[in-house]
Amino acid sequence: MAEFLIKNGFVFDPILGIKGDVADIAIKDGKIVETSAVTKPKIIDAAGKTVMAGGVDIHAHVAGPKVNIGRNFRPEDKLFNCTPGHGIERMQGGFSVPTTIRTGYNYARMGYTTVMEAAMPPLYARHTHEEMRDTPILDQGAYPVFGNNWFVLEYLKNHEIENTAAYIAWLLRATKGYAVKVVNPGGTEAWAWGLNCDNVHDPVPYFDITPAQIIKGLIEANEYLGLPHSMHMHANNLGNPGNYTTTLDSFKLSEGIKPNSKFGRDQVMHHTHVQFHSYGGDSWANVESKAKEIMGYVNSHDNITIDMGQVTLDETTTMTADGPFEHHLTELNHLKWANADVELETGSGVVPYIYSPNIKVCAIQWCIGLELALLAKDPMRVFMTTDHPNAGPFIRYPRIMKWLMSQEAREQQIDAFKYKDKVIDATNLAGIDRELDLYEIAQMTRAGPAKSLGLAHMYGGLAPGLEADVAVFDFNPNESYVPDDIENAFSNARHLFKAGVQIISDHEIVSNGNKRTLWVNARVNENPQVMRDVKEKFLRYYTVTLNNYEVSGHYLPNPYVIEVDATQ
Amino acid sequence: MTKTITDVVCPFCGTLCDDLEVVVSDDGKKLLEVYNACAIGAEKFLHSQAKDRITRPRMRQEDGSWKEISYDEAADYTARMLADAKKPLMYGWSSTNCEAQSVGSEIGEAVGAVMDNTATVCHGTSLIAVQDIGIPSCTLGEVKNRADRILFWGCNPAHAHPRHMSRYSIFPRGFFTGKGHTGRKVIVVDPRVTDTARVADVHLQIEQGHDYELLDALRVAFKGEQLPDVVAGIPKAKIYEVAETLKSGRFAIIFFGMGVTQSIGKNHNIDAAIAVTRDLNEYTKAAIMPMRGHYNVTGSGQVWGWQFGFPFAVDLSRGFARYNPGETTSNDLLRRDEVDAVFVLGSDPGAHFPFSSVRKIYDLPSVAVEPHETPTTEICKVHVPVAFVGVEVGGCAYRMDNVPIETRKVVDAPEGMMTDEEFLKSVLMRVREIKGV
Amino acid sequence: MAIRVNLITGRTIQQGVSMEAGKEKPAYTTACGIIELDPADFKKLGAFRNTNVRVTSNYGSVIVKAVEATQGPHPGVAYIPMGPWANMIVNPNTYSTGMPTFKGTPVEVEVAKSEPVLGSLELVRKGCRGELA
Ligand code: SF4
Ligand SMILES: [Zn+2]
Repeated sequence: MAEFLIKNGFVFDPILGIKGDVADIAIKDGKIVETSAVTKPKIIDAAGKTVMAGGVDIHAHVAGPKVNIGRNFRPEDKLFNCTPGHGIERMQGGFSVPTTIRTGYNYARMGYTTVMEAAMPPLYARHTHEEMRDTPILDQGAYPVFGNNWFVLEYLKNHEIENTAAYIAWLLRATKGYAVKVVNPGGTEAWAWGLNCDNVHDPVPYFDITPAQIIKGLIEANEYLGLPHSMHMHANNLGNPGNYTTTLDSFKLSEGIKPNSKFGRDQVMHHTHVQFHSYGGDSWANVESKAKEIMGYVNSHDNITIDMGQVTLDETTTMTADGPFEHHLTELNHLKWANADVELETGSGVVPYIYSPNIKVCAIQWCIGLELALLAKDPMRVFMTTDHPNAGPFIRYPRIMKWLMSQEAREQQIDAFKYKDKVIDATNLAGIDRELDLYEIAQMTRAGPAKSLGLAHMYGGLAPGLEADVAVFDFNPNESYVPDDIENAFSNARHLFKAGVQIISDHEIVSNGNKRTLWVNARVNENPQVMRDVKEKFLRYYTVTLNNYEVSGHYLPNPYVIEVDATQ
Repeated sequence: MTKTITDVVCPFCGTLCDDLEVVVSDDGKKLLEVYNACAIGAEKFLHSQAKDRITRPRMRQEDGSWKEISYDEAADYTARMLADAKKPLMYGWSSTNCEAQSVGSEIGEAVGAVMDNTATVCHGTSLIAVQDIGIPSCTLGEVKNRADRILFWGCNPAHAHPRHMSRYSIFPRGFFTGKGHTGRKVIVVDPRVTDTARVADVHLQIEQGHDYELLDALRVAFKGEQLPDVVAGIPKAKIYEVAETLKSGRFAIIFFGMGVTQSIGKNHNIDAAIAVTRDLNEYTKAAIMPMRGHYNVTGSGQVWGWQFGFPFAVDLSRGFARYNPGETTSNDLLRRDEVDAVFVLGSDPGAHFPFSSVRKIYDLPSVAVEPHETPTTEICKVHVPVAFVGVEVGGCAYRMDNVPIETRKVVDAPEGMMTDEEFLKSVLMRVREIKGV
Repeated sequence: MAIRVNLITGRTIQQGVSMEAGKEKPAYTTACGIIELDPADFKKLGAFRNTNVRVTSNYGSVIVKAVEATQGPHPGVAYIPMGPWANMIVNPNTYSTGMPTFKGTPVEVEVAKSEPVLGSLELVRKGCRGELA
């Protein structure tokens, strides 16, 4: 494999602790190496430019059944943006739900090299893997959803952690999944009857268990197994005024549980798109930011990580396994609604949404997301996301960087809001003058998420031995710039390397890389009861046979298996 | 000695039964028996064994006779035809696996083809309606485990999806439906007294072509508003009664078929049916599902969805994807003489398009990739027989509820026969050579 | 004596089975080269069951065998299983939806005792060559 030496760039890397100093980064055999280890490297001149590790997205909806519903039922999302093939690039299309091919290229252009699909319905795992296979460049993994799964509900009703863990291990293997995802625990099962679970103590119809029991039980099972990532949570009561209390109640369920993982993470719960879970007030008329209260908790509890779910003020497509929420949303905005309940496992809904700067609530949501990041004491535990495409498309990450790095840019946006004064009253943002630097951005977009995922040994930094995922941006932090320069530079990487392969050269995509699919193979002691339960449920209640359920073979042409031994 | 292969997936209809058992000879060359399939599914497996099967590509001669050609020659002819054409139509894609569909997409991109699948004559209007109003749906297991109100509208599963009723909709005992069919109320809306209507609790023998009115009437009835005495041939008392039956269920499901998608009103009928389902969710839980016909027409829409963003009628001829049903749909293109070559794979437009379109295919350069002898192969210039997907080669297929299942290979194809995917790959290679890319 | 009926098409299990067995085989013609008529319409037509008839619409004309409706009664409605015979006469207009109007074509049915029902391949081939009467 080719050797590269990226010379004289301004390096921002939390792993090496380099904060913008000029340094050289060497690449050999797909890995970062000491500069002395390369002999005849190709020289990449990065003088006057910013060098960072490849970005790591911990939570985005980029592949699978509900994403494809979004594509297929929104031809308008492709209006005027379908582009022809060009060089090695194939045809592309779509704005908020781009085609898989565009997804891969657009992440690469932003310097991102690893993207986790945030919610995989197990029965549709094959579909999710087919889409990931057709997404070039990126290393990807997918999180199967567990929070409404009948096995889990039945085991956790009696607090059977070992059985839950054995089932998780089995399902991760069957679906080639990466982590334990929980979406509106119990609420989506309730939605199968048109109902919901509004708070952590609201019992699940028939199953006689509360969301609190599900959350706590899944954290414990996750730690029992010692998986790379922690339990990955989307709490009950998303998107409703006053919901921050439910969020805090959910956070608290992690108290007293210690991480048990050889993969270097410190948290036992990752809570996603917290912006949607940080609302005060009791109606849309008086909804207000509770970001301070939320971040007060997060800052003082280091066994939690979160991501933002930043609203980008775009027309987008919402999609979540939170079926009842999407129904609620379609009743609010009267736009088209797709719903897909999945037998024994989960559900989902999809509704287009327009985050308009002329709508007070949208502007408040925008503020809350930024507040979360700006109030973060430890940027290694608070990550940049848009919950793509729910709060906005991922291609806006550079714009969010601009907002986080420039108070001037934030003020411009606040001034443009139609209900500026009301928005300022309902939020804290106008009073926050913090401006993040690129080192903190690298923590929030590289080192932090990689660590939370248990992948700090591969991604997120530029230390020798890590994967050679390196991005070079046309940005000189030592020269004066206007806020938009940030957005422009980080939207369009000058060079990008993925696992040592040059993907972008002078802004041109020159390789489709060697995309890998990450999954976790957790080995547990034999558990005849769980295997019996699996057989029985397939025989009686599933509509596919057990032997046709497991995903394997050509759906993962380039798998990367992370082995976990939980047999003790 | 023989071998029994279990969990075999039936590659015929969108029911995509995956519990078949197939007995094959010890050497895996002969298929002997098929269990659990319906009559159609069984026939599909058994027909692969026909002695008179065509196993080599052939080209139509001036005098109307066929001449055998090699797969290489067939691939070359196909590649040239597609590369030379300004705007070729690549149609079908429903009776093949997703792997072949993917290769097809690459060819389509390379030659600037219009890609269309059998939804165009089946549930294309449903796909349009979903783009207008969305679709609250679910997997078939949700129906089996929960549904107590089953409405079949303009579909006749007793004939078109024979095991649907026993596996998913009427008869099975599920988790919350332990009483099986006695716990369910079944309603059929159809202008004929179909065999499905005969097992229903209620049959509304609608006046053909008046679905929109009756669907709208149901929405009125849900709200308890006034109806005319008769709507679409159905007395109002009956409509109120059915509305009440649906509202009073715990989980209602509407299955619909060609009776609504192909009748006048088309996508607007489906709009109304989905609106009925949305309305029902104000009172109880309700879902709706198109009864997709070919076993993998759904998959074709999925593959194109993630590759191009549209489920059918994808026009790549301008170098990027465009979608405009009515313009980029096969029958409109053929009728308006807007395509100059036709490639068919995994479908039989010769039998299933209106004759005015069939005749246009006959007049154009054309290739049919198809295991059977069909009206399409009869009128195409080149016929490329291939292995049966789901019998002689595996691959991914999507059930009518979008659940992907990997079909299985149960026997070898006759010596020397190519699969869809293999043939398409050789066409793609030739296309790239010709185009110099 | 001709009658006017409303034609619809669709699947039947015989159509499905015979199609998979081979569209070139006579069983396919037996399954699909037919028109199902209601007894009341047979009476109006003044024809016996299993008589060959010519069915004509604004879009074309085809010879099929008239049989008694198996899924009736449906007076005024006639049924030809989906396939090349039905497709000779259905309304091909899509009205900008992409979907031909396969159901609800007004047709005229008249007795054509001595005219043969062609097999599927022959029907389509002759049609394409302009060899049909
Ligand atoms: S119902 Fe459909 S999928 Fe099932 S056996 Fe019959 S033809 Fe095959
Ligand atoms: Zn999400």
